[in-house]
Amino acid sequence: MYQDALIPKLGVVTQIRVETPDVKTFRVIGIDGKKPFVHIPGQCAMLSIPGVGEALFSITSSPTVEEFIEFSIKKCGCVTDWLHSMEEGQEITIRGPYGNGFPVDTDFVGKDLLFVAGGIGLAPLHSVINYCRAHREKYGKIDVVYGSRSMADLVDYKEILDDWMKEDGIDVHLTIDNAQPEWDGHVGFVPNYVTELNPDVSKTVVMCGPPVMIKFTLAGLMDLGFDRKNIYTTLELKMKCAIGRCGRCNIGSKFVCKDGPVFRFDELDELPNEY
Amino acid sequence: MKKIAKAKIDDLFKAISEKEVLYLPVDDAQGQAAFIPWKKGLKMSEDLNTGRSAKDLFFPQVESLVNFKMDGKKLEIIDAAREKDPFVIFGVRPCDAKSFEILDKVFYYSEPVDSFYIDRRDRSTVVVLACSAPEETCFCQAFGIDQSEAAGGDVSAWMDGETLYLKAVTEKGEALLEGLPLEDADDKAVDGLKKDMKAIMDKLPLKDLDLSKFGPGKTQELFDDPAWARLSESCLGCGTCTFVCPTCQCFDIKDFDGGKQIRRFRCWDSCMYSDFTQMSAGQPRPTQKERFRQRFMHKLVYYPDMHEGMFSCVGCGRCLRKCPIHMNIVKVIKTIGEEK
Ligand code: SF4
Ligand code: SF4
Ligand code: FES
Repeated sequence: MYQDALIPKLGVVTQIRVETPDVKTFRVIGIDGKKPFVHIPGQCAMLSIPGVGEALFSITSSPTVEEFIEFSIKKCGCVTDWLHSMEEGQEITIRGPYGNGFPVDTDFVGKDLLFVAGGIGLAPLHSVINYCRAHREKYGKIDVVYGSRSMADLVDYKEILDDWMKEDGIDVHLTIDNAQPEWDGHVGFVPNYVTELNPDVSKTVVMCGPPVMIKFTLAGLMDLGFDRKNIYTTLELKMKCAIGRCGRCNIGSKFVCKDGPVFRFDELDELPNEY
Repeated sequence: MKKIAKAKIDDLFKAISEKEVLYLPVDDAQGQAAFIPWKKGLKMSEDLNTGRSAKDLFFPQVESLVNFKMDGKKLEIIDAAREKDPFVIFGVRPCDAKSFEILDKVFYYSEPVDSFYIDRRDRSTVVVLACSAPEETCFCQAFGIDQSEAAGGDVSAWMDGETLYLKAVTEKGEALLEGLPLEDADDKAVDGLKKDMKAIMDKLPLKDLDLSKFGPGKTQELFDDPAWARLSESCLGCGTCTFVCPTCQCFDIKDFDGGKQIRRFRCWDSCMYSDFTQMSAGQPRPTQKERFRQRFMHKLVYYPDMHEGMFSCVGCGRCLRKCPIHMNIVKVIKTIGEEK
């Protein structure tokens, strides 16, 4: 067999969970029954269905899970449509992991962490949140602000209720855009909620979600006096090679697939505004 | 230094092709030169350079990566066929030879390496031919290329009216020249030729092209230059400039379902195309201005940023000759960064 970074390996989808009306979580193992590779939270992998195409997804499971890796994927086009229509036991291809990931073992250590996510934006943060929960002693207080359109659109809702919310040292603040009869939590948009919670400026912030959410949350944090050096986000661009070569995800002198997808806002300030 | 009379050049080509596949620039039916395998009767093109660049031999327009067989839930990975034979490219011009160095930094020396590219590079022996008749669209000089030195390959070659001179510069080059029907020559034999070549270069219209506005660290300064809008206004987004360019390296990966097997291949792509960066969620380069800017910023600023100041253009002039609206990198170099 030829080896090349662009030649994938086989994987099997052993479990598919419905998270929301348009998000499913896929559990993948290698053809040998083992976890396909070890990753850093925030890294991505290329999944493909030959004949349909290849696409890059952030790895949702924590590296601390030894048996498999998982991807929470929103249905939005060719490859994702196919993934959503397949059944358990399907063999697919996988290559990775790609990208830099979050600095969980360096810059995050000893810090109070504030995670801010909107909609499917929880997917890349899920990995890092669970990694931090598994290494609780390395970090300060953990806060999660997570919002979606409605209750049904909250990804990982059950795990959040049953695990995260019951744990000491982690505070989860959920919100939905519009009131619902069954909902007794916060109602409103994520950026406003973050500002209302008035987080301390010493916190390290990690944001992931739709561009408007990022924009207004960032503006709110700036007003509160946060330093752009302490705010992280992930970028999403069209990708094909994922190894900094096909040219697609190039912004200035960086390739998002290789140098990202995780960037601090002070780093983004140095790049042309082309994302 | 070795030599052979031009009248006997076919004997040389025959002897090389008995050792390895020999690629030579040959005119096609339209009178465009292209590298094709030599066989008896084929004449080397008189043109200064090939229409498409020599990069095709290392980074072809289309190449298979891997094949798949899919049967319900079962999937099988099957190796794509790869060529194994060593080959010689004869008559690469110094600008194109320099382009290999630029592509090497991306495909050969960046992790993870590109096994397809490396494999072809390693199987090849490159004979670089000095240019005795550069054209007015040539500006290799601006990138520090001395076309009279014929550097960047395994063998350097010079040709005058009567004689072809060959000098091996690597071990591979020596191995190639070994046993060929060549006579010994003095290194000084080409001194006069080189001098004449340099003299022509100094008369070319673009010899003083100034690159000092470009290079590492110039993104902030040049990105928002108002001239990008004007320069890109008539660009058709046809991608011709990227396809003929020896240093353009963008590609796409696609699948073709042939029924029995699914073939995954890569093919050249172009940053000049709108769907290059189009996502269902948005478009980071919404108009031709951003795409146009990307091509030139990558060549003149981003690539130098990533590769110790080296530009990703060799001044071959192909984009000057081929663009249907007569836009090109020289106009960009002259215009961007001028208005303050
Ligand atoms: S940009 Fe134009 S002149 Fe420069 S290497 Fe490419 S085709 Fe040649
Ligand atoms: S610059 Fe010229 S050759 Fe290049 S895409 Fe535009 S019109 Fe086509
Ligand atoms: S996806 Fe190819 S360069 Fe980033």
